[in-house]
Amino acid sequence: MTTILSLFSKKINLEITVIEAKPYSNPYLVGFGLGLVLLAAFVIMGRGLGASGAMSSVVAVTVEKAAPDYASENSFFETYLGDGTSSPLKDWLVFEVLGVLVGGFISGLLAGRIKRTVEKGPRISTALRLVFAFAGGSLMGFGAMLARGCTSGQALTGGALLNLGSWIFMLMVFAGAYATAYFVRRQWI
Amino acid sequence: MNAPFFKFGFFGTEVSLIFAFIIGIVFGFALERGGFGNARILAAQFYFTDMRVLKVMFTAIVTAMLGVYYLTWIGWLDLSLVYFSDTYILPQALGGFILGVGFVIGGYCPGTSVVSFATGRYDGLIFILGVMFGIFVFGLIFPSITEFYYSTYMGKVTLPAWLNMSYGAVVFLVVVMALGAFAAAEWGEKKMAAKKGGSK
Repeated sequence: MTTILSLFSKKINLEITVIEAKPYSNPYLVGFGLGLVLLAAFVIMGRGLGASGAMSSVVAVTVEKAAPDYASENSFFETYLGDGTSSPLKDWLVFEVLGVLVGGFISGLLAGRIKRTVEKGPRISTALRLVFAFAGGSLMGFGAMLARGCTSGQALTGGALLNLGSWIFMLMVFAGAYATAYFVRRQWI
Repeated sequence: MNAPFFKFGFFGTEVSLIFAFIIGIVFGFALERGGFGNARILAAQFYFTDMRVLKVMFTAIVTAMLGVYYLTWIGWLDLSLVYFSDTYILPQALGGFILGVGFVIGGYCPGTSVVSFATGRYDGLIFILGVMFGIFVFGLIFPSITEFYYSTYMGKVTLPAWLNMSYGAVVFLVVVMALGAFAAAEWGEKKMAAKKGGSK
């Protein structure tokens, strides 16, 4: 009995060591897949992908919960709240982003890449990395609102539809990132 | 065939939310496969050590663009019914620049931060909270920047219309540009790898 058990536990150990994080897929293949998803959105829905818009809906709903009068007077938040006949969270982008959450998790699970960690270079503390993540996120949220979309809604979607504003946006994203990269290099390399 | 299906009334808003969820799942799956749930992979783009962001983004753009072009050409897709946003030159240029700065500081963009959070990364979660804070601040000051927000308006304008070229010609140019960018990216990565190896 003990031998069988120990054999069994050995087998389990073996299986655990086998489940290692697989390397990421070929970028061109991933890009092709992503392009097909985007094309599917065009064909099925007549619209592209997005991400920041869903977060705006969540923010607008939160503001409305905290200060309903203010939210309805502010012309920015008000646009996300709709006419009140249905919940602002019953929104296409909100459901799409919930799907992104699930899809990301499934892929990570299948590849053994789910890991509770903080992604950073070796020369920065975890606390400082999280401060940078919050600061960068804030700039990203603000910029995406000004630009009418983020990397998904403008660069990918508008890029594929040859939208002039999206291509200007995309060039400026790379310009902004490359202009700043040197100053935050300690965070990454 | 009449596409976009939703615009031709093949199904209603409720069903469209199911499609949203399914499309989102595949989108998130692809982003994770590409390594985009990892801030270090994304940031590497801006230090020329791993050009995945550029390769994935431009392959996706070229794929969807060629698909749209082909489906429109055979008459299956009515491109005029596919939504894209109006162009406001200055706000979009400044917004893009700020977003780029935020990209290399924070390590993600909104979509990839969701994947990062989904695969257990705390920095992804904090980043999402940051995005929401940024949106909140934008909303607060929106009344005072409304004029700038709506400035340099150009309406719905595509590259072919703006360049006064045919749609097919611009599609061809984008493909050529992307292939050039891929070649440069592969060459650059090899150079950086050699440099790294040499300095050790």
